[in-house]
Amino acid sequence: MDELEAIKVTFFQECEELLADLEGGLLTMQDGNEDSDTVNAVFRAVHSIKGGAGAFGLEPLVRFAHVFETLLDALRSNEIPSSPDLTALLLRASDVLADHVNAARGLGVVDMDASAAMAAELKAVTDPSAAPAVVAALVAPVDDEMGIAFTPLVIGADDGMDDDDMDFGFQPMTISLDAQAEDAAVLDNVWTVSIRPKSDLYRKANETGLLLRELARLGPIQATLDDSALPTLEFLDAEAAYITWSVRVETDQGEEAIREVFEFVDGDCELEITRGESPVADVLASLLDIDAPAPIAEEPAFEPIAPEPVAVAPPGVAPASVSAPPPAAPPVAANAPAAAPSAAKPAQIDVPGPGQSVIRVDPERIDHLIDLVGELVINQAMLAQRVGEYGIAPSSNLAMGLDELEQLTRQIQDSVMAIRAQPVKSVFQRMPRLVREVANMTGKQARLVMDGENTEVDKTVIERLADPITHMLRNAIDHGLESPEERKAAGKNPEGVVRLAALHRSGRIVIEVQDDGKGINRERVLSIAVKKGLISPDITLTDEEIDNLIFLPGFSTADKISDVSGRGVGMDVVKRSVQALGGRISITSRPGLGSTFTLSLPLTLAVLDGMVVDVAGETLVIPLACIVESLRPKAEEIRPLGPTGSVLAVRDSFVPLIDVGLTLNYRSKSPSPTEGVVLLVEGEDGSRAALVADAIHGQRQVVIKSLEQNYQQVEGVAAATILGDGRVALILDVDAVINLRRRSPPLPSDPTLIAAE
Amino acid sequence: MNEHHTTPSAATRELISFRVGEQEYCVDIMAVREIRGWSPATTLPQSPSYMRGVINLRGAVLPIMDLACRIGMPTTEPSVRSVFIVVQAGDRTVGLLVDAVSDILSITDEMCQPTPDIACENVRHFVRNIISIEGRMISEISLERLLPEREALAA
Repeated sequence: MDELEAIKVTFFQECEELLADLEGGLLTMQDGNEDSDTVNAVFRAVHSIKGGAGAFGLEPLVRFAHVFETLLDALRSNEIPSSPDLTALLLRASDVLADHVNAARGLGVVDMDASAAMAAELKAVTDPSAAPAVVAALVAPVDDEMGIAFTPLVIGADDGMDDDDMDFGFQPMTISLDAQAEDAAVLDNVWTVSIRPKSDLYRKANETGLLLRELARLGPIQATLDDSALPTLEFLDAEAAYITWSVRVETDQGEEAIREVFEFVDGDCELEITRGESPVADVLASLLDIDAPAPIAEEPAFEPIAPEPVAVAPPGVAPASVSAPPPAAPPVAANAPAAAPSAAKPAQIDVPGPGQSVIRVDPERIDHLIDLVGELVINQAMLAQRVGEYGIAPSSNLAMGLDELEQLTRQIQDSVMAIRAQPVKSVFQRMPRLVREVANMTGKQARLVMDGENTEVDKTVIERLADPITHMLRNAIDHGLESPEERKAAGKNPEGVVRLAALHRSGRIVIEVQDDGKGINRERVLSIAVKKGLISPDITLTDEEIDNLIFLPGFSTADKISDVSGRGVGMDVVKRSVQALGGRISITSRPGLGSTFTLSLPLTLAVLDGMVVDVAGETLVIPLACIVESLRPKAEEIRPLGPTGSVLAVRDSFVPLIDVGLTLNYRSKSPSPTEGVVLLVEGEDGSRAALVADAIHGQRQVVIKSLEQNYQQVEGVAAATILGDGRVALILDVDAVINLRRRSPPLPSDPTLIAAE
Repeated sequence: MNEHHTTPSAATRELISFRVGEQEYCVDIMAVREIRGWSPATTLPQSPSYMRGVINLRGAVLPIMDLACRIGMPTTEPSVRSVFIVVQAGDRTVGLLVDAVSDILSITDEMCQPTPDIACENVRHFVRNIISIEGRMISEISLERLLPEREALAA
């Protein structure tokens, strides 16, 4: 059973990829790219999900996937024309399919009503006559959410057909339609399928029981087993196939649909599909004539042949009335367990992973490896330092060997980090759905354009990207984009465009969320900020500063609290979570043209490039990403300001001087800044400060160690690291230091005024 | 952490006793991971005075707490005999700076006495009970109370 579970896990992993492919394909179609390759890829994705799900008996998923697939198949064979509306419908169907997959996985539940309504919608497209009024009434409560009315579909509904159809489409979804099972035996839709499996079919771990179940999905079936070819026990070859099935299927679907059921056993069984009710005996006779199995009596077989009928009746298949003659071999129970693992195998066969060379590894193993490599880097640095202390010449063999070791270590570290690097696609692919949902909820039209999905970033960062991106996108649609009417009035396309892009910039990953909406209403932002007491009313702010006011805690511009955003979780939360990752977020806005959120994060949370400095006898690491420049200040560049403060003149602008030692309480009196080194740093909000340190040791890549693991967060300290001498050095939290400094003077001053240059 | 403590049986427990100033204290031996010689710690800014800083314990960052200072006595002046007792407190590992390790004691619950009701709040808070052995008085430390509650950084 564990083996089965393991395969199931693989199946769900593949489902995720398939769903992504599906969505990707549909989005390509939405962009007007409707070549057959794309449509086929979309079809294949749904088909593979259905196939795998069938093997695991995930009934609701299979049923929905089947309806979905049928529509895609019709689209693929150009039976129905594609249109933007249809693509939109397919996209929503893919969301429901994703819900089904998640539900099958035990994550969340499917809204069965919505699913049934969606299935009805899908069916209605392929077969307009099959859209029964009953269904429309049934889904009426969810109708407004679905957005698309059913009106054109209720034309000339044929009663007999309806019931038959609904029977198929809905019965498993427990929508009290079971009672409607009709035996409308229209000869036109009766097929007789004769199946004579070859032993290869069983050898490949396929199973006729599953085939019958699949057939039962097309409509009510009546299966008859013919075991006349079964030899007596002493002549029986345990591995040979002797049984023949004749199945009467009632279905509105064509021969193709029936053939499809046998797609995976193609060539492994003899198949005959005839329209109408043919006398069972005839078919059997014709089949038997072809190749009557000669009883092989090489060795007496003690194992009875696997009795098919036992596995046939899974509890979920209601309409299948399987009438099987008693199995030839009596010990039925003994073989039943054997059927379970074999049922799992088809999933492996029909859902091949994209690219056989991919290895799936437990992420914990990689994390462990990364930890170990971190230790290696520290150890190597310690070794190098010790050797240096012994005064060994740099040209000696030992020193050269150490150099090589250092390079190797660095390479190993880079490679290991590369293993954990993942394209941001895994986060991005969840976003189209979000955009659709938010757009629906807010009554806006939005199109998501994504760029740079393949930008790679460390797994530790990827996991934390989803929340800020979700927030920024919601914000862009809810607050950024105008309603279609407003957009038309402003001479814009009623459909707004939201662009989500990822790129690498100077060793960081930058995520941009751009909308072409109305931009930030600065007057309103300002008045709200004043009203809420976030800023004092008499200060003048630049446009950029006003834009960034939205990141202040307690700021929300929504007129009324909507479902989407404005539930108290504002941009300040996003900003704080981003800052906790060592990232920064900012916004630029142009009235009438839209806003852009820019989020920049380190590529990894495991290592950091930093400047090692000395402050009051302590060694500190300042993240390189924050440092703008380092300089030795001249006395005339330092101007006192107020009783204790002083500023540094940097090219006509004045930057507050902050003594790190004083701020962190390492010392009570700061030496003259001219004796030390000044590091000009930029905080997340763009504000600058000049940090005074005693000396600079140089630049180094350090492995980030958590302080929280054994202690707790310390204000002013982002994390710790271990230096070459084995001692712990603290990594400075530049923003916190700037803020600490702002708080410490007795006169509370407005931060934005200090930041102004 | 200390399930023996509540059971009335005569099961023996082992404790490690150590000296803090002129007094003797002890912790359950099962909580002790290792004992290390003194090495300078990296000072943590914005921290209570009893936090001596952090050291590198085979790649992990280990906070060091001055036990004397934590209990409210004068801070320990590290000497050659000073040691860190690395203990597990809840899900955290912490080093306790003490003056010297004395010995390992085997005790039964009968030897434990409740902490006498003296005025000092710190003692009542950190001392679980008092053990009388061979005329010595040894106080058992309540480890889980030593570390401050994890608090989120004030935003």
